[in-house]
Amino acid sequence: MIAARINALARRVPTAAIYILCALPVPVLFYMGATGGLGPEPIKALEQELGKIALQLLVAGLAITPLRRHAGINLLRFRRALGLMAFFHVVVHLLVWAVLDVQIVAQIWADILKRPYVTVGMAAFVLMIPLALTSNDRALRRLGPRWRVLHRLTYGVAVLGAIHFLWLTKGFQIEPLAYLAAILGLLALRIRRLPMKKAVGQGS
Amino acid sequence: MAYRWKNDLSAPDATPEAVFMNRRQWMAGMAAGVALTGLSGRARAAGEDAGLEPNSWEDITTYNNYYEFGTGKDDPVKYADRLSIAPWEVQIDGLVDRPGAYAFKDIMARMTIEERIYRFRCVEAWSMVIPWNGFELADLLDMAGVQAGAKYVAFETVLDKDAMPGTRYPVLDWPYVEGLRLDEAMHPLTIMATGIYGRDIPKQNGAPLRLVVPWKYGFKSIKSVVRITLTDSEPPTSWNKANPREYGFYSNVNPEVDHPRWSQATERRVGGGIFSPRIETPMFNGYGEDVAGLYDGMDLTRFF
Repeated sequence: MIAARINALARRVPTAAIYILCALPVPVLFYMGATGGLGPEPIKALEQELGKIALQLLVAGLAITPLRRHAGINLLRFRRALGLMAFFHVVVHLLVWAVLDVQIVAQIWADILKRPYVTVGMAAFVLMIPLALTSNDRALRRLGPRWRVLHRLTYGVAVLGAIHFLWLTKGFQIEPLAYLAAILGLLALRIRRLPMKKAVGQGS
Repeated sequence: MAYRWKNDLSAPDATPEAVFMNRRQWMAGMAAGVALTGLSGRARAAGEDAGLEPNSWEDITTYNNYYEFGTGKDDPVKYADRLSIAPWEVQIDGLVDRPGAYAFKDIMARMTIEERIYRFRCVEAWSMVIPWNGFELADLLDMAGVQAGAKYVAFETVLDKDAMPGTRYPVLDWPYVEGLRLDEAMHPLTIMATGIYGRDIPKQNGAPLRLVVPWKYGFKSIKSVVRITLTDSEPPTSWNKANPREYGFYSNVNPEVDHPRWSQATERRVGGGIFSPRIETPMFNGYGEDVAGLYDGMDLTRFF
């Protein structure tokens, strides 16, 4: 019942609306940072907010398949927008870190090599590049079944993103663990599904 | 033994009310061509020379690490009001001649309050300049009478689980504890702060009294102190217990010894906006002339 209503509603939402909605935090955060809305240290706040939104979009993207299989909610047509907007936030997050935060070119490179949490974050970013480049209909057609295999990189990207967050916090903090748990949970839903696929057939 | 250390700036230089109440507006006004008064002009010149232009009241009181109230920088200013600080007592015990519970108001009656404008360097590589008001810790310890066998001083922060939402999570092993070697504690730079900009210290900054050790990373400057214990062995410290590889007992500001996860060579002064530049972190946070002698012959990469 509820699933059917959500599906009906979702069909009427143009994907462009999702792109606009998900891109909106970037200009809003920059405006707030420049006008004092992010507190007396806006650079760190900007960096952290952008990173968190990227993680949230990755979690949302990973939820699409389990929602369809287990709850009958079909939001598949929004997944590309979620993925590309996650990448967009990661790029801006990276630029804020490099240009506004670290500022020193030699130091940026040194941090990538020397600081494990930076290395992990950079790895996640690098893995996202082929995904962003192939997030279009032409690439989808040309790659055929290989496209799906390639885009499983998302799983690694999300896990690395959560580890990146976990690794940079001080003390024992709940928030990064919540992201990691959500991501591992969404991945676990897929693992259980694989051997059952043939037996269950069309599912719910 | 108050006034053993002299500020680079004098109090009137740092505290024109119009400046600290709304520094950003004041700066904007200056940029717009508002004439400089003699007073603020002198403060700026002296401040820039010494790198000691104090942060605004707003910066100092809204951007805090006080994990008992939450790990967000704005959690302390949001929740610290729940903490009740009157009446307040400080238990002073261990190797002292006159142990006991000292009432805060009695302590204040006996101490000489002076202004100390100090650089404050957080282990997270941000910094501020803060015009504290307070008294030398040495004077408080002398009041209790330090015994000959004492070698270290242990401190403890108040733990009020109802008032402190952050303590519901095991971010650290509560209560927060810190420690100094006795010579560090008796050093004239080491103060117990009870005010900022001439006002009572706000709760998010560690009311009613907190330690300030300007040549060490900020987490050594323990807030809202309820207990001071003189000991003959090195006391446990919270961050060292949580992660001994990252946080040592000494935790002196040292640009040459990186935190394992980030560089300590540079810092960013809070309040500089979105294009705030990085500045180099000086050894001992710029107080080397006063304190380097405390660590003669010690390998500071080992005793970090």
